[in-house]
Amino acid sequence: MKTDNIRFFPSEKEYKKIVEEKTPNSKKVQGFLRAFWVGGVICVIGYFVGVLGEWIGFSEKNLPMFNASVLVYFGTLLTGLGIYDRIGKYAGAGSIVPITGFANSVCAPAMEFRREGVVTGIGAKLFTIAGPVLTFGISASVIYGFIYWLKEYVF
Amino acid sequence: MIDIWEIGKAFVVGGIICCFGQALLMYTKLTTARILVCFVVSGVILTAIGLYEPVVDFAGSGATVPLTGFGYSLAKGVQESVDELGWIGILIGGIKNTAAGITTAVFFSLMHALIFKPKTK
Amino acid sequence: MNRRGDRTVVFENEAYISSSASIAGKKEGDGPLGNSFDEIVKDDLLGTESWEKAESELVKRTIYRCIEKRGIELEDVGVLLAGDLNAQIISSGFAARDLGVPFLGMYGACSTMIESLLTGAVFVASGASQNALACASSHFCTAERQFRTPLELGTQRPPSAQWTATAAGACLIEHEKTEIEITSGTIGRVIDLKIKDASHMGAAMAPAVTDTLFGHLDDMKTELSSYDKIITGDLGIYGLDILKELVKRKYKMNTDELFYDCGANLYSKQQDVHAGGSGCGCIAGVLSGYIIDLLRKNEYQKVLLLGSGAMMSVTSSLQGESIPSISYAISLERCEND
Repeated sequence: MKTDNIRFFPSEKEYKKIVEEKTPNSKKVQGFLRAFWVGGVICVIGYFVGVLGEWIGFSEKNLPMFNASVLVYFGTLLTGLGIYDRIGKYAGAGSIVPITGFANSVCAPAMEFRREGVVTGIGAKLFTIAGPVLTFGISASVIYGFIYWLKEYVF
Repeated sequence: MIDIWEIGKAFVVGGIICCFGQALLMYTKLTTARILVCFVVSGVILTAIGLYEPVVDFAGSGATVPLTGFGYSLAKGVQESVDELGWIGILIGGIKNTAAGITTAVFFSLMHALIFKPKTK
Repeated sequence: MNRRGDRTVVFENEAYISSSASIAGKKEGDGPLGNSFDEIVKDDLLGTESWEKAESELVKRTIYRCIEKRGIELEDVGVLLAGDLNAQIISSGFAARDLGVPFLGMYGACSTMIESLLTGAVFVASGASQNALACASSHFCTAERQFRTPLELGTQRPPSAQWTATAAGACLIEHEKTEIEITSGTIGRVIDLKIKDASHMGAAMAPAVTDTLFGHLDDMKTELSSYDKIITGDLGIYGLDILKELVKRKYKMNTDELFYDCGANLYSKQQDVHAGGSGCGCIAGVLSGYIIDLLRKNEYQKVLLLGSGAMMSVTSSLQGESIPSISYAISLERCEND
């Protein structure tokens, strides 16, 4: 195989530079502004859900659970209606980071793989994105719990 | 009951936390799953070293609605369980406090997946 | 048919395109090339129950159109060479099941159409088949769920991301002379400059396109300027810029007017697809409609088509591998009827 064209090719390092030069960056300021206001609004909605929960009469201990459930429910509903991905396209992390984003990441694969069966599709794929969140979240809580137990009750 | 100052704090703090996520999204090319993991685990760690509780006290839903708040619930839950039940609480506490959120997500995702169809963009 | 140089096959009045057809989805139909497709499908499911079945239906319809235009029957097809992006190329395989024609499954990722044309031309020129049908397809929804995220997941795509085209194209190759001759084809090599960003396929594929382009020109002992247009598959807007930069290192000339990227031209700016179209169906659909039309209308005399494909999978990406790519070239020439 002739290799004389190799000399016209950039090295891998040089090529990375060319690619960076020719590729536009995302619009940073716009990205932050959108994430900020959408994320903020979702948190404010969370506040109102809290007010509603208080009005219904949830104890202080159960109120966070009520809040989380309501927000998660609406996250899955908006996903089902095909609205959440549009919010996500606009807001980026503004709608990924709130707990509604967690709901979206559970519901979206469940819907997507419906055609591969209720058990092998929805059931199996439900946690493809959110699974790692639970895996590492729960594991982190166990490690913390262990340290906390050692610190408070053993030593 | 409705307090403008509380709303303002929730909006600003929640917005700022989301901006951290946006920075990860734009500068590191992390995928959604990785960002979610980062936030939950950071929530647990920040709560463990006592930094997140003051934020929750200050901003309320501004700190509990983002996924760091999910981590906060996990950490708080395990703390309470250990206080209440001893070492077995290590294995109970985390999920106990977040059970409602997780169960809602699982159940309604299943229901919605049966009702709705994904749409072409 | 002759081998020339390192890796080029030259056809001498042996392989002609006698018919072509392309079908595209609604979004592609709304784009600037909308008029060049034979059919625009409004329903992305094409009346089936799943995206995969829909893509298979798209392949079948395109093939039927192509042979209908030529006025031949399915039984007359000597060999069907087709491929797509789905694992185990199910869209093509299932279409071939229903068509019942002799079938060779092809896979070259987004370069599949050019790979199929090249192989088909060899079949026809060698006499191994009286004709060959080359076809490739892609569907936004099948590709998205396989390679990226579920449709309903709320994420942002970086500016370099491309949009998998819902489209299919088919070309019938015959020995008998027509207006459009396949004059040569160059086999690609897998090239890897260690790009890992799966949302910047153009950057991963541009070096492979450059390599095949240089190889082709060397083998044919010809210059860039001997072509009216050099048409790349789906480098996208930024990938095309990178290609021009790479080509400039050898050929110091202004290539702005010379290159045309199917992906970069399939959609308009307002359609918000970031860097442009991609997928097997992108070059297949644009070639089988728009490009062939222009050759027929005598707007172009001689074009070089460079399809490029990324030889990666979700697994290789997760294992931290970079994105190796390949590119195939074929040249099409208009010949006057005598």
